[in-house]
Amino acid sequence: MPVSQPTIPRLEEFLFGHARCPVTCGNHLEIGAGTVIPEVNFTLQAIEICPENWADIREQYSLMIEDLCRRAVELEVPGILFEFETLPPMTVNPAWGLEITEILSETIDRFHQSHGLRAALRLTPNDTRDHRRPPRMRSGPFWEGMVEFLHKAPHAGADLLAIESTGGKEVSDEGLMNADLKKVVFALGVLAPRDMEYLWGEILSACEGTDTVPSGDTACGFANTAMVLADRNMLPKVFAAVIRVASVPRDLVAYRVGARGPSKDCAYEGPYLKALAGVPISMEGRTAACAHLSHVGNIAQAVCDCWSNESVQKVRLLSADAPTVSLEQLAYDCRLMNVAGQSREDARKLRDWLVESDSALDPQAYVLRPDVVLRIASEIAREPTPYLQTRRAARAALREINRAFEEGRLRIPDRERRWLERLAKEAEELPDREEDLIAECLPETSRETFLPEEYGLS
Amino acid sequence: MVDREKLYQAILTGDAKSARALTEEALKESVDPKELLDKTLIPAMDEVGRLFETNEYFVPELLISARAMKSALELIKPLLAEKGAEPAGRVAIGTVKGDLHDIGKNLVAAMLEGGGFEVVDLGVDVSPEAFVTAAKDKGASIIALSALLTTTMPAMKKVVAALEEAGIRERVKVMIGGAPITQRYADEIGADGYSDNASGAVALARSLAAKVPAAA
Repeated sequence: MPVSQPTIPRLEEFLFGHARCPVTCGNHLEIGAGTVIPEVNFTLQAIEICPENWADIREQYSLMIEDLCRRAVELEVPGILFEFETLPPMTVNPAWGLEITEILSETIDRFHQSHGLRAALRLTPNDTRDHRRPPRMRSGPFWEGMVEFLHKAPHAGADLLAIESTGGKEVSDEGLMNADLKKVVFALGVLAPRDMEYLWGEILSACEGTDTVPSGDTACGFANTAMVLADRNMLPKVFAAVIRVASVPRDLVAYRVGARGPSKDCAYEGPYLKALAGVPISMEGRTAACAHLSHVGNIAQAVCDCWSNESVQKVRLLSADAPTVSLEQLAYDCRLMNVAGQSREDARKLRDWLVESDSALDPQAYVLRPDVVLRIASEIAREPTPYLQTRRAARAALREINRAFEEGRLRIPDRERRWLERLAKEAEELPDREEDLIAECLPETSRETFLPEEYGLS
Repeated sequence: MVDREKLYQAILTGDAKSARALTEEALKESVDPKELLDKTLIPAMDEVGRLFETNEYFVPELLISARAMKSALELIKPLLAEKGAEPAGRVAIGTVKGDLHDIGKNLVAAMLEGGGFEVVDLGVDVSPEAFVTAAKDKGASIIALSALLTTTMPAMKKVVAALEEAGIRERVKVMIGGAPITQRYADEIGADGYSDNASGAVALARSLAAKVPAAA
């Protein structure tokens, strides 16, 4: 999988539905080969995951997938991806998560056989290593439970395997709360890549010899945390925008070692992954308002290959249960994209409308502009290591944001402007050598929350 | 004579070094530590909370101020203890069992400390029993519960039940918060209060502390 240079050289070719390296999975489902498909994620209402409630939980999942498959057939979707993101107790106790996986997989297969539904199941276990501070990244019961889950997942019916890995999150969290760019770059550019190489070795080994596709990883615990905090006015949006772009190199590690996509829906940095690794991407925007709010509702859709809802609870709405409602909204968006996609000119027009409707209003949207993505991706590709890529990504994002603001193409509130200057200074002060960054950061981190040896550092 | 306005500004701008130096100077001048706390330091942190609530400050600025406050409190607390003065209250805070999210909890903990409370941070994935132990053994009169997931909200109810079962519910106040939490949910599980933001949590803790039975 090429990651050392952009696979999409020209803006004209950067379109929804088309990826350089399409993926085939599940029941003859092609992703990124010209058609955009919905990806639906669904979850339970508030309920304790325990043996007493287990029969009810099984039934809830069974009802949800049955309804979703039936409606997908009625809507004649060209294909569909279902995502089952386990709840933490279902990874800690792999038998639970695998049992639900089997229920979902069997239902999807039944609808394929009876109605020809082209579908696949993406399984995303939790990275439970984050359960303890300081986290043990390569040993202990959480690691062992997760590894067991990963290795059994293909046999339970997972067509795609993904994860939201958390290596470095224990340091990033503190960095985010203090808007400490150096610390977040240390987490994203030094710790996360080291952890991902190790973790993804395990995921690839679980998929080896099976039909399960190792799909992708996401910086959800990093960039989405920043995005949600910014949305609640807790962090500057310019900072969240920089963190979004700075998270790209850590995601790329998964594709460098063998993940094939589609990227996870909550990886809003997806366009960069599509540009650099050539993988199809799943994205979520306004359709994910059921899970969290954002300022990238339209622009997130601009170059997607799967269009997702992030997650929706099984609550009853006037028309149907919320997951089915969510599917319907996604399916109609996909219909529109696929009609526009019949002509490259129309596809570009729709893409550009999605982009222009958001990009001037928020720096987090601006850094997702396809033209900006291609410029910054070219810069990232020129750097040889994840750390230097991360540093370059942060600096380039700040430069793009500053320039757009100065030229009147991006609105930034007064109270955020002082942060642009501060962040630019911090980005310029990042050292040239990774060893120097490590030497600076280790004394500034607490051993109560972070153990360097878990990342091969000491 | 130490310039109280400078000390107030040091907290407001998060200048920990100046906050500590000015506090030290004031104490050398025999300023009553309780009076310094009540009339200068806590009002400064209240203003920080107001700036945050009105979207003028972001969390990093709030935390920097909280750290400046802490550096001043480190000098004041031993003197208050000598005089037998109690902190504003003792709060045991944690993210409930099954939930690993700690950013909101950490923020509330920092603001409570800045507000003059003694905070026992129990961490994440905290069992109901651990909250009971904190109330019994560490003298926490307020239990602050955080949850981000809808699926872990029921754990809050279990904490309330555990406090009842341990026979200490009457002397302990329970406050809850987190993205999916509402006042209605607080009422439903019998919690004593709910806040949707960190500075609101400090105000809530103050009002709850005032209601804690004297015997506690």
